[in-house]
Amino acid sequence: MSDTLSELSVSLWRGTEQGRYETYSVPQRASQTVLDVVTFVQRHIDPTLSYRFACRVGVCGSCAMTVNGKPRWTCRTHVSKVAGGGRLEIGPLQNLPVIKDLTTDMEIFFEKWQAAKGAFAPTKTRHDPIAQIRPDTPARVAADAGIECINCGVCYAGCDTVRWNSDYLGPAALTRAWTLVNDERDGGNTARLQAISASGGCHACHSHQSCQELCPQALNPTASIAGLKRRTAVAYLKGEITS
Amino acid sequence: MNVQLYVWQRLTASVMAPLVLVHIAVIFYATHQGLTAADILSRTRGSIAWASYYGIFVAAASIHASIGVRNILNEWSPLTNRRADLPAVLFGLALAALGFRAVAALVLP
Repeated sequence: MSDTLSELSVSLWRGTEQGRYETYSVPQRASQTVLDVVTFVQRHIDPTLSYRFACRVGVCGSCAMTVNGKPRWTCRTHVSKVAGGGRLEIGPLQNLPVIKDLTTDMEIFFEKWQAAKGAFAPTKTRHDPIAQIRPDTPARVAADAGIECINCGVCYAGCDTVRWNSDYLGPAALTRAWTLVNDERDGGNTARLQAISASGGCHACHSHQSCQELCPQALNPTASIAGLKRRTAVAYLKGEITS
Repeated sequence: MNVQLYVWQRLTASVMAPLVLVHIAVIFYATHQGLTAADILSRTRGSIAWASYYGIFVAAASIHASIGVRNILNEWSPLTNRRADLPAVLFGLALAALGFRAVAALVLP
């Protein structure tokens, strides 16, 4: 049974940092996602098209692209909601180096995640009893509010401060840091607060809230970063960290 | 911006916020009362209170603005952190010089 409605005019970025948009005609279908459109082009029109995806259900965070000017997770973005006038322009995520076509190099994104001390620093060993964490403490509530980040890079691509300041760690890395700052099992907070207090850390954020608006998981990185600003300022005034 | 500059900028902002409100109230008062420049100077000259009030205002504004200018230079010019320091400090010093000169004209007999 064919459920084709009409044709979509789809412009896809082709090339590396230097390149151009090329236009393809793709059949429009009911409940079609932007990732479906890209996949159609690759499988039926041009197999040399490069893009990245894995789970297709909004879990892995690997399929983010710029869709009609905004960074979005393409597997959960329906064409009907974003294709005004039957047109789609799909490019690689901004603020990241382009490898080829729609694929960006995420290395700097994850390097910053590490620079923000985003790795859990355990205080116990596997031989200790499992920590009993109450879910309703303010710290755990704050941690849980940011824990569902899938590292898709949408917030990083949509962040004005990242665009202006290449040293800025970005919303995802800082949100991760905020979840660990509030994790009572973690023992790395002094080093973490020190790391995110340097130039390019949480204090570079202008609170534009693009990250909050664009986050496909409906997280609020701006609030997490505001929390880090308060926490680091107190730590600095107490002499626990230096400038 | 690092945490030290952040704390200084917030601290100076919290100092300036009430001072700005009082400053605006004084402007309204002076204009509504029809005070002339001579009337105003007769009240401010020799006043340690007005000298302190506007002296603190100028100091806070100079520090606050120079940190902001450093941030703007970092984000909107090719100047990186270290290279933005000097122009930002010079801007702050210029603001302080102009401000303290104005305060002196207001309060010195």
